[in-house]
Amino acid sequence: MRSVILICRKELNAYFTSPIAYMLMAFFALIFGFVLFNATRDFIRFSFQMQAQGGGAPMSINDQIITPLLGFASTITLFLVPMITMRLFAEEKRSGTIELLLTSPVTDLEIILGKWLGAMLLFLCILAMSMINVALLFAWGKPDLKPVLVAYLGLILQGGCLLAIGAFISTTTKNQIIAGGVTFFVCLMLWLLNWFTANDTGAVYQVINYLSIVTHFDNFSKGVVESKDVIFYLSMIFFALFSTSRAMESLRWRS
Amino acid sequence: MIKVEGLTKRYARTVAVDNISFEVEKGQIVGFLGPNGAGKTTTMRVLTCFLPPTSGTATVAGFDVLENPMEVKKRIGYLPETPPLYPEMEVIEYLKFVGKLKGIASRDVPGRVDEVMKRCAVDDVRDKLIGKLSKGYRQRVGLAQAILHNPDVLILDEPTSGLDPKQIIETRELINSLAGDHTIILSTHILSEVEHSCERVIIISHGKLVAIDSVANLTNRLRGSEAVALELDAAGGRPNPTEVQQRLETVAGVSRVMMKDSKNGKLIFEIESLQGKQIRADLARTVVNSGWNLNELRSVGLSLEDIFLQLTAAEQKDTEPETQGVQA
Ligand SMILES: Nc1ncnc2c1ncn2[C@@H]1O[C@H](COP(=O)(O)OP(=O)(O)OP(=O)(O)O)[C@@H](O)[C@H]1O
Ligand SMILES: [Mg+2]
Repeated sequence: MRSVILICRKELNAYFTSPIAYMLMAFFALIFGFVLFNATRDFIRFSFQMQAQGGGAPMSINDQIITPLLGFASTITLFLVPMITMRLFAEEKRSGTIELLLTSPVTDLEIILGKWLGAMLLFLCILAMSMINVALLFAWGKPDLKPVLVAYLGLILQGGCLLAIGAFISTTTKNQIIAGGVTFFVCLMLWLLNWFTANDTGAVYQVINYLSIVTHFDNFSKGVVESKDVIFYLSMIFFALFSTSRAMESLRWRS
Repeated sequence: MIKVEGLTKRYARTVAVDNISFEVEKGQIVGFLGPNGAGKTTTMRVLTCFLPPTSGTATVAGFDVLENPMEVKKRIGYLPETPPLYPEMEVIEYLKFVGKLKGIASRDVPGRVDEVMKRCAVDDVRDKLIGKLSKGYRQRVGLAQAILHNPDVLILDEPTSGLDPKQIIETRELINSLAGDHTIILSTHILSEVEHSCERVIIISHGKLVAIDSVANLTNRLRGSEAVALELDAAGGRPNPTEVQQRLETVAGVSRVMMKDSKNGKLIFEIESLQGKQIRADLARTVVNSGWNLNELRSVGLSLEDIFLQLTAAEQKDTEPETQGVQA
């Protein structure tokens, strides 16, 4: 456990001593702020219109702003993940520091967990940028807190899942750019799969839909925690991290 | 302390290490010699549990590298060919990280790091970013990293590469001072380093073990086969070089005659003897009896460089007669 924390701290340190962490946080804050601004403006315009026409269902900040906003954040995640995970193992392999890690008295699992946790924490920091905006909404209106928390839980679980997949891909090459590119491609496919299968009911589509990481976010964004979604994410994280450890093993044997 | 038996390591296409066996006793310093691509780094990587062997076994302090890697790793300090450094860390920060990674108790880490920084002369750059250090300093930080947890076994892959002459001497002294409590294997291309630091030498070439012996024995064994420089001329006219060469080759105990130079009727030869044979007297007699003038006859002795070249060249051709006695 001590080694996991040690490696996790080392990873965080690496992110925050290079511009990458700040860039990602700024990028996220900017896009998120822009989308929030648009959504809020539309919301205000519509509510004035409604008032002028008189009546209609009362509008909710939760449904009109927060849900789409956090759904949007889930899409942005797909672009953030490759940037976070591409260096995890590829850079250690390129620079030779992997020799230090693998010849020190720590297990592969501790290394993998430490790195994944480090990536997770950076991801949380990035997500935290959006909380500033959401906090503004709370200051200004009276949205429900629970669906917001649920959506964040979903974002975190989905992020953890994609980061574990990214970590796995990073073990297979010494080239950060390749690792990032492939991870991006995988994320993009997951996103597209979600699109293609959204309105289909065939068995194959259902399977794809079940496996698609993005679809499981839908319930969270509606403020519903379904145990099948949580279990799906947790088992995907476990499976991806397990594959990472197998990959490290087999790379050792083959190289 | 270290025991390697029938170790073979095969990469996809190449056999990097081919069935080598050796043992290193506790407290010894062993030099690992071989030309580029011989398999030194590969052997070290197997010993440090970085790579698994394809076949054969390697044990460190009685623990097998495959069955008990954790115990092996605890006992080994390893300086890889390229020092494993994180450029974004400061020197002291890096050493603290490695200290904890190696399992030193947190409260002992700062003291140990201080001590090692002094020993490896990186004290003056302790707060610098590693990415901004010169190559020599990086090498020193790499060495500091390897000895940090005071391991029983030190495996150093070309520890003095990139250092300035003063630092080479200091590193050599550092390594010598570590001997005794530590068992050390170091690889190098610098033969004088082996002569200075190592009690035993392991020479490998193309993945095969060609010699394993003490430095003294190895030099003696081949110095026992002496090399002689000989200059002669004919009293009148020019001697026929081929004839002279053939005549010299018939002298008992001579293994090889090479003509180095011929000018103004003077011929200069370099002659090597078979092992343990004294040839100078016989050579002198032969020259004089043939009616030539003996201008110079002196022993040149084989350097460790010559030995190294002979041994590793012999591996390729396998026909050189003078090295046959040296195959371990
Ligand atoms: N990762 C690898 N994949 C494939 N072949 C490799 C790999 N690493 C080394 N080799 C091959 O194994 C052989 C031995 O290499 P090794 O690095 O052990 O040599 P060395 O004795 O350390 O050489 P040098 O003095 O140049 O450091 C070489 O032929 C090399 O090409
Ligand atoms: Mg090498």
